[in-house]
Amino acid sequence: MFKLWLSIKKDTRILLRDKVGILLMFIMPIILVVVVTSIQNSTFELVNKNKLPILICNKDTGKASVQLIAAINKIGMFKVTQISKEKEKTVADEMHDQDALLGVVIPANFSERVSAKAKNVSGKALTSFGLQADTIKKEAGGIDPLTLYYNPVLQESLRFSVQGAIQSALQLVESRQTLRTLYFSINEKPLPEKLENEMLSSQTTINMFPVSKDGVRTTPNASQHNVPAWTIFAMFFVIMSLGGSVVREKISGSFIRLKTLPTSYLVGLLSKQITYLCVTLLQAIVIFSMGIWLFPYIGLPALNLPSDIFALFIVTLVCGWCAVSYSICVGVFAETQEQANGFGAVSIVILACIGGLMVPSFAMQGLAKTLSNFSPMHWCLQAYYTLFLEGGKLKDVLNNIGSLFIITLIIQFITYLGLKRKNLI
Amino acid sequence: MAVNESLAVSIENVGFRYPGNTDVSFSNLNLQIAKGERFGLFGPNGAGKTTLMNLMTGVLSVNEGSIKLFEQKVDGQNKAVNKLFGFVPQDLSFYQELSPAENLEFFGAWAGLNKTEIAKQTDELLHILGLEDVRDKAVGKFSGGMKRRVNLAIGVIHNPQLLFLDEPTVGVDVQTRHAIISYLRKLNENGTTLIYTSHQLSEAEDLCEHIALIDEGKIITQGNINAVLKEHSNESLEELFINLTGKAYRN
Repeated sequence: MFKLWLSIKKDTRILLRDKVGILLMFIMPIILVVVVTSIQNSTFELVNKNKLPILICNKDTGKASVQLIAAINKIGMFKVTQISKEKEKTVADEMHDQDALLGVVIPANFSERVSAKAKNVSGKALTSFGLQADTIKKEAGGIDPLTLYYNPVLQESLRFSVQGAIQSALQLVESRQTLRTLYFSINEKPLPEKLENEMLSSQTTINMFPVSKDGVRTTPNASQHNVPAWTIFAMFFVIMSLGGSVVREKISGSFIRLKTLPTSYLVGLLSKQITYLCVTLLQAIVIFSMGIWLFPYIGLPALNLPSDIFALFIVTLVCGWCAVSYSICVGVFAETQEQANGFGAVSIVILACIGGLMVPSFAMQGLAKTLSNFSPMHWCLQAYYTLFLEGGKLKDVLNNIGSLFIITLIIQFITYLGLKRKNLI
Repeated sequence: MAVNESLAVSIENVGFRYPGNTDVSFSNLNLQIAKGERFGLFGPNGAGKTTLMNLMTGVLSVNEGSIKLFEQKVDGQNKAVNKLFGFVPQDLSFYQELSPAENLEFFGAWAGLNKTEIAKQTDELLHILGLEDVRDKAVGKFSGGMKRRVNLAIGVIHNPQLLFLDEPTVGVDVQTRHAIISYLRKLNENGTTLIYTSHQLSEAEDLCEHIALIDEGKIITQGNINAVLKEHSNESLEELFINLTGKAYRN
């Protein structure tokens, strides 16, 4: 125990004197968490709270286009700005000038075509009801398409939402016109407005609730998503200090001397694991504290800790141990510090990618989804999300902890083999 | 003549080759070093001095034969034998970020000393080697000579019966060399067996009683330094060295 204690003391002293290492392990992840959360929060707000700016160039002079614009406005997700109809060719320029993400051009004969289509459809309906002979002329053609311009930064999913919303507005306008025509053909008087509204308005509303394990229905914010995810990344960032430290010790003469002393090098490795495990726990404490207390001061939503703090501690502990084990493993196999740092940095970014830190693993398909199971970050992230977003308890994350634990043991075994093969123990 | 007739080091029929290397480093090597000797191991670059020292200290494992220190077999798994010797490698083998006192504390613990013994040995060694004033300063900022003294202090902190020194005075000034050699003599007077390599042949001549000259993995000559010089009709170790190993460059 005395040897282990003094080894921990030695590793801690070296760590505290490595200013660059501390910077990489603490300051960089903190900056990363703040920056990513800020960006994602602004995206969250753009999608959830703010309205998407949309320019509409109406080349039509009839009523249907006015109804369409009113319907688009009513959807609630757009901030509509109308531009002069002469400007169709420069809608893209207008979008740039006015910071609009979307632009819609309504064709010149829109109302006329909607009306013609309505007459055609209602005629067919009357014939089908047996109320009128089929004297309706065949429609010359369909309605000219609306043109939707979009900024390429819009993600595909958001673009499809926009398309769906405009399509529903369009359908409303067409349905209204068909209904009016049909009603007039039967009753020879206009459709009463009240009845029209009743017939066209949706009778079924949709209520939305987040599903959590503890029954709390709080909508997760950007901090709940980002802080746990980037805390995992920060923990794995210890590789920049620890991997290099193992290589430095290995290639410097001190390792030769350690080999000649009556103590197993496993004591040294255990000491490094304990020291850096404390570092990872400290990283988590610092980043979580920042999320709780600092974020509200810089305009970001505060992080809410899970109700099961013990589960959070266990997940963080196992994740930290895995990160430390991985760093030591890389350090044992690397021949130089440059190799350890280069491979270490790239490999944790890859593990983060396949682990779902950058793209959610539920969105992955096939091989990528299978690969994600091999990333320790995946299991840790799932455990954190269960605790932070779903209000889960320890029993809900045991599966994730178990998988993480098995991966860690495999890494430790590989490290042992590496040490044996290189005659280091 | 050895102070004690029993052996500090016994190398019997040792064969060794580096993994993946077809060249044999040592084949059927035999060498005995008595307790209390000041033994010098010399040879040109690449002769196998450091390899032999690494085999004797268990850093490398022999392929054939055996090496015993004080009758205990050197084996990477047998850590008990490691208590018997100290090692001062050619490379500066300590943590540059730590102070001399912190290095001694850590290596002292790994050498098997307790807290009291570490404190006592640290004070004594830092005093003897003139490092008291800088005991708490990071070694990384020290001069080459000071670093060599720290390197030596760590090797002897547990008062080993046998001390391996691989070029302990390389790159140091005259004062530091003098201090180190004096200290090594003192250790030897107190019973520590010294096994020493160096390219400073005049220094070696001054320090060593017995020598072995090795080249290409073979011992060319060995014995009492004066007897060896007489046998080969040479006046100095340098002359003997050139005569037996030639003038050609070695890599």
